[in-house]
Amino acid sequence: MQAYELTIAAAADSLQRGELSALELTRSVLERIEAVDARVGAYLTMDREGALAQARQADDQRAAGEATALTGIPLSIKDVICTRGLRTTCGSRLLDNFIPPYDAAVMERLRQAGAVILGKTNMDEFAMGSSTENSGFHATRNPWDLECIPGGSSGGSAAAVAADMCLGSLGSDTGGSIRQPASHCGIVGLKPTYGRVSRYGLVAFASSLDQIGPLGKTVRDCALLLNAISGHDGRDSTSAVQPVPDFTDLNSDGLKGMRVGLPVEYHAAEGLHPDVRQAVAAAVKTVEGLGAETVEISLPHTEYGVAAYYIIAPSEASSNLARYDGVRFGVRSRDHAGMIDMFRRTRSAGFGAEVQRRIILGTYALSAGYYDAYYGKASQVRTRIVEDFARAFERCDVILSPVAPSPAFAIGEKTDDPLTMYLSDVFTLCANLAGIPGISVPCGFSSAGRPIGLQIMGRHFDESRLLQTAYQFEQATDFHTRKPGL
Amino acid sequence: MKISKEEVRHVARLARLTLDEERLDAMADQIGTILEYMETLNRIDTTDVEPTRHAVSAVTTPVRADTPREHLSHDEALANAPEKDGESFLVPRVIG
Repeated sequence: MQAYELTIAAAADSLQRGELSALELTRSVLERIEAVDARVGAYLTMDREGALAQARQADDQRAAGEATALTGIPLSIKDVICTRGLRTTCGSRLLDNFIPPYDAAVMERLRQAGAVILGKTNMDEFAMGSSTENSGFHATRNPWDLECIPGGSSGGSAAAVAADMCLGSLGSDTGGSIRQPASHCGIVGLKPTYGRVSRYGLVAFASSLDQIGPLGKTVRDCALLLNAISGHDGRDSTSAVQPVPDFTDLNSDGLKGMRVGLPVEYHAAEGLHPDVRQAVAAAVKTVEGLGAETVEISLPHTEYGVAAYYIIAPSEASSNLARYDGVRFGVRSRDHAGMIDMFRRTRSAGFGAEVQRRIILGTYALSAGYYDAYYGKASQVRTRIVEDFARAFERCDVILSPVAPSPAFAIGEKTDDPLTMYLSDVFTLCANLAGIPGISVPCGFSSAGRPIGLQIMGRHFDESRLLQTAYQFEQATDFHTRKPGL
Repeated sequence: MKISKEEVRHVARLARLTLDEERLDAMADQIGTILEYMETLNRIDTTDVEPTRHAVSAVTTPVRADTPREHLSHDEALANAPEKDGESFLVPRVIG
């Protein structure tokens, strides 16, 4: 086994026993990136020298007896999270030259823990997309099938983890952007509860929905990363003051006593791919075999989630993206006739088609005369979706569902049809509207050999139970042990 | 059609975006299709339903003491500016 193939937990053990140094591990992962990323395209910016320096520092930290579980662990970071001194583009040409003068809160925590930051991963521009095809730079390919999308918007992170080009990654999830690519790439991805992880230094897309979370090769690795990044931060006004348990406190005692809800609107959804239906049904059997009690539940407003989300998220985005005017940062259009014209030319040249579409949609939904009919109405329907989950969690402890309606689709298949692309988010975005946590864990493969993920959703701040359920499922199956043949 | 080309032109202007004629047509088509889909929301009676802006009740707005803290230096804050004079961000002339 090569060092780059290790999980975080296994690498941490080897480092601790002195069988491997952080420098050797980092070199191994850098060589792996060199060997395969030309085909996958997971990274936008590499920091080889920085990573090697951090690895040496990590070895010193360990020698001084100050190592944590992440000391010397090579990670990648979605390019929407600010990294001091390391280019952060959000997948946008407009931010092609942006070098953050400060670290995001999660970066401070990772650096404090001694993690090694390899580079920044590709994404749909400003996290708007479900395929990573909306990157202003290049598309990322699915390591399991290079003709397919890796999912999005954290597609670079998911592909990098799946192809062993990092041991773990941080992404962001506004409507499924961690869980869906994790599902398509056959890895584990967790969207924590809204407020669990500080968003200070996360470039804002839709502020009432955005959340940072981990992507990893295993459930335990995600728990290790979540341990490192969770907790209150006074610089994010939406950061929750909540105790942070040890998320790695996982056991194999079975799921006896766990009540698992199966929402009929998800499991019997029209358009659910037969391979996904079959894999999820088998997963339900596995969970029952572990002792859990399954109950059929209803989330009656599920079908309205896509419409509510695609009003609320673009509305918030149209406001958040007003800051890109070419004054304080970004690529300014040189040819202009005055300031307002400079704003227009900068934004029109810098933003890609999908970002412009969402800004226009959001601006329209918030504009005089339409506000009540669109943004107001969507915010009221959101209340109904929140109530659906509250009622469901009276009858069950976690909810099991598919992550995406189909396995990864072909590159270019849906790019001309934005609404069809939006509809593929139907199973993930309701968790964002309700602020609840959700995890994707590998549960099978399609007949064409593409990974399929199982989603587990839970109550606010109940990530421990999600991780516990996902861990037991993972231990009872072997899907997470398979690797793409790159 | 749910939204006219003229409306898209107006909204794009509000959002400080410029679309050429060809892209205006495509945008009006796509936004029109999306807005038609949004009509499904009208099937739900939301009379007297409170809107949700943030879904997590544990997220409150904590207060902190208003004391000076470390902040970016002038140079750091200006570092990414497309045009600057060492003191300020420079923008094109605003008043004739």
